[in-house]
Amino acid sequence: MKDSRYIRAIGEGLAEELDRDDRVFMLGEDLVDAGPFSVTRGLAERFGTRRIRNTPISESAFLGLAVGAAIAGLRPIVEVMTMDLFTVCMDPLVNHAAKMRYMFGGQYSVPLVVLTATGAGVGAGPHHSQSLEAWFAHVPGLKVVMPSTPYDAKGLLKAAIRDDDPIIYAWHKGLLSRMGQVPEEEYTVPIGVADVKREGSDVTIVATGLMVHQALSAADGMEEAGISAEVVDPRTISPLDTATIVASVKKTGRLVVVHEAVKDFGIGAEVAAVVAEEAFDYLDAPIKRIGLPFTPIPFSRNLENALLPTADHIARAAREACGVPVEQ
Amino acid sequence: MGFSNERFVGMYRSLLLLRKLEEKAVEMTMTGQLWGWLHSYLGQEAVAVGVCAHLRNDDFVASTHRGRGHFLAKGLDPKRMLAEVLSRQDGVCGGKGGEIHIADWERGIIGSTGIVGGILSTATGVAFACQYQGTDQVVTCFFGDGASNQGSFHESLNLASVWQLPVLFVCENNGYGEFTRQQDSMRVTDIAIRAQAYDIPGVVVDGDNVLTVSAATEEAVARARSGAGPTLLECKTHRWLGHYTGDPQGYRSKEEMEECRRTDPIPRFQNHLMEKGLLTEEAAQQIEEDVDREVAAAVEFALDSPMPLPETALTDVYSKAP
Repeated sequence: MKDSRYIRAIGEGLAEELDRDDRVFMLGEDLVDAGPFSVTRGLAERFGTRRIRNTPISESAFLGLAVGAAIAGLRPIVEVMTMDLFTVCMDPLVNHAAKMRYMFGGQYSVPLVVLTATGAGVGAGPHHSQSLEAWFAHVPGLKVVMPSTPYDAKGLLKAAIRDDDPIIYAWHKGLLSRMGQVPEEEYTVPIGVADVKREGSDVTIVATGLMVHQALSAADGMEEAGISAEVVDPRTISPLDTATIVASVKKTGRLVVVHEAVKDFGIGAEVAAVVAEEAFDYLDAPIKRIGLPFTPIPFSRNLENALLPTADHIARAAREACGVPVEQ
Repeated sequence: MGFSNERFVGMYRSLLLLRKLEEKAVEMTMTGQLWGWLHSYLGQEAVAVGVCAHLRNDDFVASTHRGRGHFLAKGLDPKRMLAEVLSRQDGVCGGKGGEIHIADWERGIIGSTGIVGGILSTATGVAFACQYQGTDQVVTCFFGDGASNQGSFHESLNLASVWQLPVLFVCENNGYGEFTRQQDSMRVTDIAIRAQAYDIPGVVVDGDNVLTVSAATEEAVARARSGAGPTLLECKTHRWLGHYTGDPQGYRSKEEMEECRRTDPIPRFQNHLMEKGLLTEEAAQQIEEDVDREVAAAVEFALDSPMPLPETALTDVYSKAP
C-alpha cells in the first residue's frame, strides 16, 4: 500500500489502462494540458496526442464520436468537464450509447467511460456544481459510479474501462486532494458492489461521493453518545447493490440516506424505497433522507454552505432515528 | 466511372428492389399488416443506390428514419429487414428496433435512429475508429435537409473537418423536414453551402439521377479513403409520400405531389441503359420478375416469422445480464 491523492489515483488508473490496451484513448477539452483539474497530467507526454486528444468545445459531437468509436471496437474515455455540461450532450448518451445495444438486438456493445467532475463547495456556482447522477441512474443501459476514496477511484476506473457498457464515472471536486491508501499492485473494484466503510449496529447511513466522509465523521462523533453507526458507500449508483444496503438495515433497524444532490426525486428516494420494500419489518424508525434543498447551487460561499449537507446534519438525523436527539 | 456493364445493370436491379419492397411495405401499412409508422423512401432510391455503389463490404453506412433504401443498397437481406419492419423474431434486430432503428453490423450498417440528426456524431465516431486503427475504410452518413439545422450536424462536420476523418456526409434534400418546407426552415437553397463553414467540399447533385449521384460519390469516397477528409454531398430529391404513410399532407398541393414524380429515377436510368445498349426489353422484364420473386419471398419470410417472445424484451439492456 502507498499513500495517494484521489486525483493521482485517477491519473494512475488512466495511465495503467492506456498502457495495457491500445484501444483505450481519451477525448475531451484541454486534456493535453491536463485541464482545470489536472486529471490527465503527464498523459499526453507519455501516450501522445493520437491517444490523448483535445477536442473543440463541442460536447455533443465528441461524446457522440466516442459512441461511434466504441461501437467500432475502441474503448473511449471521454471527459465531460463538469456534470452540468451533460445538458448539451444528452442525446448521444441517453438515446444512443444507452440504447444501441438493446434496440439493435445485441449486435454490439458500447464500451464507453465518461469521466465527469461533480459536486459543489468550491465556489463554482450554478453551472459547475450540480450533482445530476440520478438522471443517468434512471436510464436503462447506463451505469453510474461515484468513488469516494483514492482506492475506489482507481479500482472503479479500471473496472469501468474494461466494462463493455457505457459508464458515467462521477468524481467529486471536493475529493481532489484527499489522501488514501492505494495498493502498489494491480487491482480493480467491481462495478455494482457496495462497500461498508464503517461497521456499526444501531443505524445505517448510506452515503455517496463526498458525503461518505461527512457520514464517517458524523459516525465518529456519535460514538460519544453511545450510538454505533454503520456507513455504507454504494460506490456504484447503478446498478445499485441493494443486497448490501438491505442486509445492513436488517442488522441496524434504522436508515439515514445522504447525498449532495437535491433530496427530491433523488437516489435517496430509491434507496429508501428499496428498504421499505425489502426490509420494512426490520425498521425501528422512519427512514431519514438528507440532500440539498430544492434549489440551484449559489455562488457565495456563505450561501453554498447554507445548503450543503454536513456531518452535523447527518448526526442529527441519525440520532433522531435512534431516539437520542441532539438537545436544542 | 469505370463500372462494368454488369455493375450498371446491378444498380438498375437494386433501384427496382428498393422501389418494389417499399411499395409492398406501404401497402402492408395501409392494410394494417404493419404495426406502427412507416417513413417511406419512395422516390429517393437513386441516392441510396448511387452512393452505395461505391462502398465496399467493409465500409460503413449510418442512416435515418427513412432508411430502408440505404440498408438494402448496403446489402441487408430483404427478408430480415422486412421481418424487422413487421416486428418479428427473425428481424435483423429481433423486433426491438422496428422500422426506424435498424442496424446490421456484419454488413457495415451502423444503424439508424429516431432522433433527427442524432446519428451524425456516431457515424463520425466510426470514421474516427477507422482512422485511429489505420484502416482505409470509409463511413457514409445519410441524413435529411431537416437534420442540417441540428447542432449535431454542425458540430460533427466541424470535428470531422478538424481531424480530417474518412466520412462522407450525404444530405438527402427532399424539400421537407417532417411537415415543414425547407424554405420555411432555412434561408439557404443549397445545404451544401454549409460545408464552406467547415472548409470541406460541398457538392450539389441531382439526387434523382443515379449516375450523377454515383459520380459525385466516387470522388468523395476516393477523397475520404486517401485521407483527404470529409465531403458534404447534397442530393436534391423528392419525397413521394408524406412524412409517414397515411400523412394527409395538407401542407402540399395536389399538383406538387404529382409533379414530384416526374423525375422518377427508375425510368430515367432504364432509358439511359437502353440507349447505351446495356439493357434490352427482355432483360428488363426478366429483372423485374426476379425482383418480384425476391419481394414475395421477403414478404413470406416476414409473415411466417413468429412475434418475439415476451421474455426477450428484457435481454440486451447490458452486455452481461446483472
